[in-house]
Amino acid sequence: MLSKKQAKVFFLGGTIFFSLIFLGLSYESVTKSIPKKTHADQITDAVRRGREIWDKNNCMGCHTILGEGAYYAPELTRVYSRKGETYIKTVLMSKTPWAPRGRKMVAYGMTEEEANDVVAFFKWVNEMDLNGFPPEPDKNLQP
Amino acid sequence: MKYKSQRVAYWFFALSMLLIILQITYGFIMAFAHYGMDGLHNWIPFNAARTTHINLLVVWLLSGFMGAAYYIIPEEAQRELVSVKWAYIQLISFAIVGVVAVIGFHFNWWEGRKFLEIPRPLDYLVVVNVLLFLGLILATLYKGKTQTTTAMVLAMGLVFAALLYLPGMIFFDNQALDSFFRWWVVHLWVEGVWELIMGGILAFLLIKLTGVDREVIEKWLYVIVGLTFLSGILGTGHHYYYIGTPKYWLVIGGIFSAMEPLAFLGMALFAIHMYRKGGRNHPNKIALSWTLGTAIVSFAGAGLLGLAHTLPQVNLYTHGTLVTAMHGHLAFWGAYGMLVFAMISYAMPLMTGRKVYEQTSNIYAFWLAVIGMLGMTTAFAAAGVAQVYLERRVGLDFMVAQQEIEVHFLVLILCATLFTTGVLIFVYNFIKYGRPTEEAMASGDEFEAVQPAAA
Ligand code: HEM
Ligand code: HEM
Ligand SMILES: [Fe+2]
Repeated sequence: MLSKKQAKVFFLGGTIFFSLIFLGLSYESVTKSIPKKTHADQITDAVRRGREIWDKNNCMGCHTILGEGAYYAPELTRVYSRKGETYIKTVLMSKTPWAPRGRKMVAYGMTEEEANDVVAFFKWVNEMDLNGFPPEPDKNLQP
Repeated sequence: MKYKSQRVAYWFFALSMLLIILQITYGFIMAFAHYGMDGLHNWIPFNAARTTHINLLVVWLLSGFMGAAYYIIPEEAQRELVSVKWAYIQLISFAIVGVVAVIGFHFNWWEGRKFLEIPRPLDYLVVVNVLLFLGLILATLYKGKTQTTTAMVLAMGLVFAALLYLPGMIFFDNQALDSFFRWWVVHLWVEGVWELIMGGILAFLLIKLTGVDREVIEKWLYVIVGLTFLSGILGTGHHYYYIGTPKYWLVIGGIFSAMEPLAFLGMALFAIHMYRKGGRNHPNKIALSWTLGTAIVSFAGAGLLGLAHTLPQVNLYTHGTLVTAMHGHLAFWGAYGMLVFAMISYAMPLMTGRKVYEQTSNIYAFWLAVIGMLGMTTAFAAAGVAQVYLERRVGLDFMVAQQEIEVHFLVLILCATLFTTGVLIFVYNFIKYGRPTEEAMASGDEFEAVQPAAA
């Protein structure tokens, strides 16, 4: 039967071994693959400012981006190609809560410059290679 | 209770009870908003309610873990805490940071990073606070007569939980990198080091409640936490499928995260086996119910419902939908919520000398809370699966699909009411226990209150 000492070795050994593999793969992802797949060279100052606005207002508290966040409002990863620049800016600059189907968004009443920055951020996210996310709907199920 | 300083735990448990009630309140605000009743929108918009809900969750769980550590460590180390005064200072500063953060969320003072919304200046205070906590725990353990495996696993879980908070504080201008390290905190906490904390507390409770030999329990504790890290570390990959990360994570994350339920299965079998094997007829049956309950419900919520959407082929469709909320609720409640309730149920009679655990209402609290949460999970599941089908498979617009699933939130609210009733009864009994007393403290571990009546 397994002794307590063997169990301890299993725990410590496994932990150290898998931690090292994890750190190695993470290093590769962070330094090489992620910058490439997300076009990190295209992060302009406008994208940075846009992301700061995104972060400061906790947009993720209602929406998802890259599939992460809350489930109260639409996924925004591909919003740039789905809705286009003009629509997005109208929503962000609206001084009354935007609610096309009854569910209200916070009325941010952004300036034109701020809205442009957020659009730049969405445009950058739109170009990321996400291994096929979000999935295309099934054509056989189209209404 | 053997050591006077163990009573510090009481106030951490009390804070925990206060905050869970607040957390639930914000849950109702969101459930009503999903159901179309968003009357509070101008004062508490959905994002403020959500951030408050999930941060209060983390704070009440941490408060429960800290209380558990202050209770368990002196007993395992066989000495008083090194300083009771500093433990109270740690408690008060912890509560203040939590309250300030929650108030700030209502005034747009936050970072929009799910689970890590606490703004940077407060993060530093959290770090100082946790260092103080760890200092007290580790010094007590180091100076103690014994360093048991149970205490070491618990302490190791606490130390690594603190260390893993740090990667979440690094700034990246790349959204994908920000997410990458956000998971070092969120995933490696709940599917890694928090399981050590869970294993440690569970082992302590099983030793006390079942009377099974410590060596046997601690051997299996090593095996379980070994399985946790074997699967959970590379299992982080199940969050790296679709966020701008390379494809090898699809394979690695899929394989290793699919093995994660094994650790939770181990936890459940371990608890059931020790319960059946144990000779001790401990009178505090309700503590035993919560202890077995946490081991079993965590396997259902984290293990099985996690497995349901962890394969990349499935996750492609469920990622970022209410299916995640289904799993998140039963996993957090089963693994960590019920664990804190188990610890409180065990410790309160020993600290206060009162036998509130004999009252039938405890049984109602247990079953209402567990059944209510299972109902909520089912409501989220129905809503989530329908959302995936309508939005992701058929391709309906987000809000069109949301209107179709609105009715499930009515069911959610009904089940949440059952759940809340159970929690309120538990809190009411907590209050009825009153404060720790001198007599109870002087009477040691095996004092009269917990002896079987006939023995
Ligand atoms: C007690 C343990 C666990 C807790 C408390 C927990 C909780 C959560 C929470 C809150 C989320 C949402 C996180 C976010 O989006 O920021 C999540 C996501 C996820 N969990 Fe767990 N979990 C646990 C264990 C597991 C296990 C064992 C598995 C797999 C077998 C699993 C699989 C997943 C997956 C695949 C996601 C991503 C969902 C998505 O793509 O949106 N979880 N979990
Ligand atoms: C009355 C009880 C509760 C209600 C009505 C409720 C409702 C909700 C709602 C509506 C959401 C937001 C979903 C969205 O983003 O659209 C949410 C999120 C969440 N709640 Fe609760 N909740 C309750 C209690 C709890 C409890 C007791 C726990 C933990 C033990 C919990 C853990 C969570 C977590 C982890 C999330 C984030 C899930 C994710 O992002 O995937 N909730 N809750
Ligand atoms: Fe995970």
